[in-house]
Amino acid sequence: MLTIRNLRSYYGRMQALKGVSLHVKEGEIVALIGTNGAGKTTLLNSIVGLVSSITGQIIFLNADITHQSPREIIRMGVSLVPEGRQLFAPLTVMENLTLGAYQRYRRKEKSKIKSDLDTIFERFPVLKERQSQVAGTLSGGEQQMLAIGRALMSGPKFLLLDEPSMGLAPLIAGQIFQIISQLHRQGTTILLVEQNAAAAFKISNRTYVIETGRVVLQGASEELLHNREVKRAYLGREYKEVWE
Amino acid sequence: MSREIDPEYLDRENLEKLQLKRLKKVLDRVYHKVPFYREAFDARKVKPDNIKNLKDLERLPFTTREDLRAGYPYGFLASSLSRLVRLHTSTGTTGKPKAVLFTQKDIDQAARLITRSMRITGAGPEDVFQNMMSYGLFTGGLIFHYGAERLGLLVIPSGTGNTERQIELMHDFKTTIVHITPSYALYLAEVMERMGMDPRGDFNLRTAYLGAELYSEVTRDEIEEIFSLDAYDSYGLSEMNGPGVAFECKEKCGMHLWEDNFIMEIIDPETFEVRREDEEGELVLTTLNREAMPILRYRTGDLTHIYPDPCRCGRVHRRISRIKGRVDDMFILRGVNIFPSEVERILMNMPEVGRNYQIVLERHGGLDEMRVILEIKKRFFRGSLKDLKRLQNKIKARFKGELMVTPQVELVESATLPRTTGKAKRLIDKRKI
Amino acid sequence: MAIWNSHFECMTKDELEQLQLERLQATLNRVYRSVAFYRKLFDQMGLVPDEINSLDELSRIPFTGKTTLRAGYPYGMFAVPLREVVRLQCTSGTTGEPIGVGYTRNDLTHWTEVSARVLCAGGVTKNDVVQICFDYSLFGGGLGFHYGAELIGASVIPGSNLDPARQVVIARDYRTTALIATPGFAIRLAAVVREKGLGPADIHLKRGLFTGEPFSERTRKQIEDELNIKATDNYGLSEIAWPGVAGECEKKKGLHIFEDQFIPEIIDPRTKEVLPLGEEGELVLTTITKEAFPLIRYRTGDITALDVSPCGCGRTLIRMKKVAGRTDEMVTINGVSFFPSQIEHIFSQIWGVEPRSCLEIDRRGNQDIVNILVKVSEKIFFDEMKKLQDLKSKVEREIYQDLGISVKVKLVEPDSFARETKGKRVIDKRESS
Repeated sequence: MLTIRNLRSYYGRMQALKGVSLHVKEGEIVALIGTNGAGKTTLLNSIVGLVSSITGQIIFLNADITHQSPREIIRMGVSLVPEGRQLFAPLTVMENLTLGAYQRYRRKEKSKIKSDLDTIFERFPVLKERQSQVAGTLSGGEQQMLAIGRALMSGPKFLLLDEPSMGLAPLIAGQIFQIISQLHRQGTTILLVEQNAAAAFKISNRTYVIETGRVVLQGASEELLHNREVKRAYLGREYKEVWE
Repeated sequence: MSREIDPEYLDRENLEKLQLKRLKKVLDRVYHKVPFYREAFDARKVKPDNIKNLKDLERLPFTTREDLRAGYPYGFLASSLSRLVRLHTSTGTTGKPKAVLFTQKDIDQAARLITRSMRITGAGPEDVFQNMMSYGLFTGGLIFHYGAERLGLLVIPSGTGNTERQIELMHDFKTTIVHITPSYALYLAEVMERMGMDPRGDFNLRTAYLGAELYSEVTRDEIEEIFSLDAYDSYGLSEMNGPGVAFECKEKCGMHLWEDNFIMEIIDPETFEVRREDEEGELVLTTLNREAMPILRYRTGDLTHIYPDPCRCGRVHRRISRIKGRVDDMFILRGVNIFPSEVERILMNMPEVGRNYQIVLERHGGLDEMRVILEIKKRFFRGSLKDLKRLQNKIKARFKGELMVTPQVELVESATLPRTTGKAKRLIDKRKI
Repeated sequence: MAIWNSHFECMTKDELEQLQLERLQATLNRVYRSVAFYRKLFDQMGLVPDEINSLDELSRIPFTGKTTLRAGYPYGMFAVPLREVVRLQCTSGTTGEPIGVGYTRNDLTHWTEVSARVLCAGGVTKNDVVQICFDYSLFGGGLGFHYGAELIGASVIPGSNLDPARQVVIARDYRTTALIATPGFAIRLAAVVREKGLGPADIHLKRGLFTGEPFSERTRKQIEDELNIKATDNYGLSEIAWPGVAGECEKKKGLHIFEDQFIPEIIDPRTKEVLPLGEEGELVLTTITKEAFPLIRYRTGDITALDVSPCGCGRTLIRMKKVAGRTDEMVTINGVSFFPSQIEHIFSQIWGVEPRSCLEIDRRGNQDIVNILVKVSEKIFFDEMKKLQDLKSKVEREIYQDLGISVKVKLVEPDSFARETKGKRVIDKRESS
């Protein structure tokens, strides 16, 4: 579905990505892990057209979207759940959700939009409960669900998630990951950026490890779990050294 | 995950309960699947159900080396052929080897016992382990390898031989643990010195697992001294998976026998009576955790005794002493089990050889050697050196082919060897070990 | 026949190239960061790994040779700390400097995966009983095949370096169906089978994988006929993976290289230029999944050619021809390069046998002269002169047509042959000035 070759992204004179190549196949859930500043968010932003200075190739569904506008990219079926959620805080849950589908209104998909909204309310009953509540007053976990719901409202084929568990209590984060896993099982292709490497490994098929703008390791998530450098760098000491 | 560690620290009562539970399953299995055992049970008019406690084990038949040989190749198989994943054989004499069959679960379990054994000596993922035992059909190599791998340390599967190269690797990769026979360990030190290296100062060795040979406390001390390491006694036999049957803990005072996997008994080798703890006798083992080839009351031929008092380490698995000797006169030469009766058979099958012979075992330059001194029948002793040489080579080749060991052969005239009354002392073991 | 991992073995060209690019870039980033040799190499060239933007650009990177690996011993070329390494394998050869090849746990997983692919391509399934007659220590390939066979779920008999007679006994009693050995060993086994008068009721071999030695079509046919099996070739090297780099499928049209783990190139060993697809030259390999011991553009010293034409088996992986020889065996006459093995092959095709031969090369003026000395027995020398003369001309013509060089075949009787050639295969007198 998505193929990236030699992506270089710049913020002014600062080079954030130094020749990244990766791919995501239809139906896969691929994780991208790395420390702060490694370039993960830049990568997602580059894909959706939010970084103006990039070279390389980004191909989505056989079309070159490297220098396409965000609007065009979203129209093609890519949707981003940004870091920190970036909800419209003063607006209600319902308003946030319907805004997520704004492109589709123009295409007059009203009834489909309604059924998608119903699906989202089924998936996130708490959002249905609080549909008239102002987004800024929701709890962390609820906000994340809303952010995901909003992204889903554009009817995406490919969902990008930037650190969905950030700032959430472990129990809530766990719920969010379960939801992501569910989405994947139901057929959504997902590229997941995470600092919580343990969770990322658990729910993804494959993982790329990024360090200072470069991919240093990639492979089946299960295997990367056994790479001790990765464990030490990203998983901390809670992992047992003995493999049983 | 931690379930595996529990059996080590179970209390005695629960351990024995576990043993009985497993025993009953084993009895049921062998009764229904192994004709040898069903016949033996029926002959004693015993059924698996009749065994209600561990003491009832005494009502069951023994299994001997000859029984296993007679059962070759699949006589003792208790699972379907399709589930077999491995074959190992015991070293030693020809004819039918003693074959041991494994399912995947058996391999995993054998490996677990090794991992457990290594852990109790303090081995961990930061160690570098050099496995200096023969790799192949012999269990000492591969089975230990699998167990070591599970610890996550660096495994150097060096096998035996290529000693100078092994020493290089040992030095360069900073090996900390070796698994080796005591005689090879002594030889290793000699080669190191020959290479101008100091076994203590130039290497990182901290631990040695000594096994597959009979040796004394004095030799252990010697090895510890030479290399400045801790040497732990390891006991096993191929019929019982190989190494990993019993292993010393840090206290180095007898080997903990993994009773959650084997029931041990000590018997009088002549009367077959079961002896008390702390009385010496022949070790008899019953497997509790094997699918492919469960064995009941196997007479190992090894002489030992059980320590009645608990070990300072706190483990409930009882300890057996260092193996004192053999019930029969089997000896081990460079890792190969040899029975004097086999040597006799080979010799007596050669028309040139007279009635009298002697087997002398010596250590030369760190390597074990067997010297066979033979009296030749007068009519074959024609006196020409060429003929004698030919005969010597023929005998050597015969030994090599049948026993896998090439001896030194000394041919002497008839009536030269000392005669003894009563049981002729054919075997002289000069190796001080 | 089954394909072990069609996900990787049947990828489209685009998918494979993307995968290779990603893995290559990640590997280059890692080695630049972690292996001093590669960092220096890149810095010297003024190259940064970031600049390698396509597989074609791989050729901008200099080669790595055996000398570098030897110089790096023990772990100068390791890209991970020693504590990450869980296995050590060593290049074989008991003299000269060794090369220690480390494996992390993932490296072992990847190695086992390609070994399984090789075995599967050779027809091995979980229903097979596989007897592995390779040395199992770190110097040999036994462990590699063993782990691969285990992954497939087959039963494994770790025959290791047991002698042929004993291997046959075990193969007979445990009904081995798949044999893994060198071609030479297989022929010895076949001889034992014949000697013991064993037939299809006793020997259940169905297939075999043969490697570790040159494996001509003639030898393959001999093995297939004598053991009544299907024989396949495979390729590997201990510096990278042995077994596991490439394996022959049932179509026998070359060996599939596992390109998702190794990127192959063919270069002219003298000019070091990358040769176009289909041309014969030295195989260069770049590992793209290795963690502990990654190698970039490693010169294997083996001569082969690549073939991308579709293979009927369904695999889309590139194929390499059976290895024609080693670069160090290559001979150049009047600008034409070839291998002694090619000459020997022509002889065997025309004469029906591969006679003992020796290439005697000399220079007269500015022309290289080649005499092929062929040892012929005393009897033939006098009896079948005329016939031999005809065959001689045929061979000379064939060599000219095939290799483009003019040679003179000289028939030499045994004593003179021994005297003149002193057991050498090639005598190059051109260098003696």
